[in-house]
Amino acid sequence: MIETIASAALAVNENLNIQKRRIKNGSSKKRLSLVTGTHGDELEGQYLAYMIGSYIDEHIECLNGIVDIYPALNPMGIDSLTRGVPMFDLDMNRVFPGSKDGTMIEMLCSMIIDDISGSDVCVDVHSSNIFLKEIPQIRMSVPTAPALLPYAKMMNVDLVWIHESATVLESTLAHTLNTRGTKTIVVEMGVGMRITKEYCDQLFDGILNLLKELGMWSGETAPVREPIVSEGREVGFVNSDAAGIFVPCVSFGDTVEKGDHIGDVVDPLSSKTVETVEAVCDGLVFTLREYPVVYGGSLLARILKPAAGGTE
Amino acid sequence: MKKQILYSLKSPYREQLDVIGFRFGHGKKSAAIVGAMRGNEVQQMYVCSRMIQELKKIEAKGLIAEDTEIMVIPCVNYYSMNIGKRFWAMDNTDINRMFPGYSLGETTQRIADGLFSKIQGYECGIQLASFYQQGNFLPHVKMMDTGFASPELMKDFGLQFGILRKPRPYDTTTLNYNWQIWETKAFSVYANATDVIDENAADEAVYAILRFLDKHDMISANTPPGYITKLIDESKTKQIRSEASGIFKSSIEIGKRVERGDVLGIISDPFDGEIISEIRSTVSGTVYFEYCSPLINSNTVCFKIIK
Ligand SMILES: [Zn+2]
Repeated sequence: MIETIASAALAVNENLNIQKRRIKNGSSKKRLSLVTGTHGDELEGQYLAYMIGSYIDEHIECLNGIVDIYPALNPMGIDSLTRGVPMFDLDMNRVFPGSKDGTMIEMLCSMIIDDISGSDVCVDVHSSNIFLKEIPQIRMSVPTAPALLPYAKMMNVDLVWIHESATVLESTLAHTLNTRGTKTIVVEMGVGMRITKEYCDQLFDGILNLLKELGMWSGETAPVREPIVSEGREVGFVNSDAAGIFVPCVSFGDTVEKGDHIGDVVDPLSSKTVETVEAVCDGLVFTLREYPVVYGGSLLARILKPAAGGTE
Repeated sequence: MKKQILYSLKSPYREQLDVIGFRFGHGKKSAAIVGAMRGNEVQQMYVCSRMIQELKKIEAKGLIAEDTEIMVIPCVNYYSMNIGKRFWAMDNTDINRMFPGYSLGETTQRIADGLFSKIQGYECGIQLASFYQQGNFLPHVKMMDTGFASPELMKDFGLQFGILRKPRPYDTTTLNYNWQIWETKAFSVYANATDVIDENAADEAVYAILRFLDKHDMISANTPPGYITKLIDESKTKQIRSEASGIFKSSIEIGKRVERGDVLGIISDPFDGEIISEIRSTVSGTVYFEYCSPLINSNTVCFKIIK
């Protein structure tokens, strides 16, 4: 069943509609919400949403409960290759919880929250942005980790990154839902404007496994990998200091040592290498720049240090 | 006056970005005035350029107080201005959502840090601010309610209204908020327009800032008499939203007093011209914001009224 969960009239002969599809079977009231498309330039979740929905359709007898799929919280953004909400220049993930009697976007955000609230688990799928490629990972803040980590481990990701909480992140969908008691897990994987089939396959297995662990799925599932958990580890950030074109010489997912050459920033006009980029610490390259043009400050890579005193 | 480069950033394909400050007087860091941080803030840059003209004259007459230094930064983000973008063009980030900045962080965090390190520690900070929506504002001053500085200070601008705003989570990374956290008394002055120049509102803003600097004994300036500022809490102002979408026409002017039930504007069908909605005031008061774009969505703030 497809339904419109929030709607607003645009200026000329059109409504902005946010839709979901509900797949339901059996007697259980358990509910998993799969949410994506908050950022219009992140598309990995689009294919994942299709995969999950079509697979469950084919094996509907294995489902006991409700799966709600929200492929596009920001439909106008996806439709027009705009990260934020077109015309508003707003990052939708900074407007939650929204407000019933607020602006158009605030009203839509508040209706989205009302609709998802009460799910047993909500999975919010992001895919970085057009600049960076991310290993399939789940992110959570320190205060939410005790409640979320057990679920994150069911989801077949490579990494769980537990980060400090920041006031500005209080306006995200995940923070709002977690605060209101709906366990919400944020997945980051792949890169903007692309679909990485391999990662969608990986998360697909993770979501089926999560459904099984929630007692909602009796079909076959594949074994899931044990993620690296960032707890007690540090993340090294490699930012460019020069401006030019970044050409990496490590591969995404490589393990590097501090000082290793990981790429160059070159200047096509002067034919010079303007910066030799080195690893700031030992560890796993779990984020790597995909978009070559860089300014001073552009993030080139993130490296997860090994646990203190231990090795991989 | 001393013109100096406060922060520079190299670009791969353009001339280096130089954030330029104009420094008047010597000694104690008394006031910093910041103009455009977004590419569409032309009026904000213009008001600063007018301030620089005024301060030059004041300085030539020796009317800047002793042990007083005033810094004016007309434009931080002219890179975006020159290519018709509002935010940082590469990644669409907003410099005014990056404070206090981070010198080892992303590009706009570095710009924010480079700027903030130079404008921190001033006694007063004045930002020429803009609203995210197209619209006209009655010139007014706004302050974030962090408990650090007294809202009474807003009266020293002599603008008609001083509005106190409770910070929301997304405000915590703005310049105004961070100034206050680092103990600068911070104000946002709204000079009506954004991407066009409104001379009258620019005059009002320039006089208001001069009045403030004069009142705080930083300069001695002759300005036309100001208003006795009415201080209000933003939560007590009334926002009137569109109930329909279509073509919007306002039927009042900002600054006008309206009664409850008065028609403020109409929305008509964009195809057949039928009037589909009359926007009526739900309170009596003074209109201080008016939406100004021909097209309007539903649930859009089209008027703000001070009761
Ligand atoms: Zn995202």
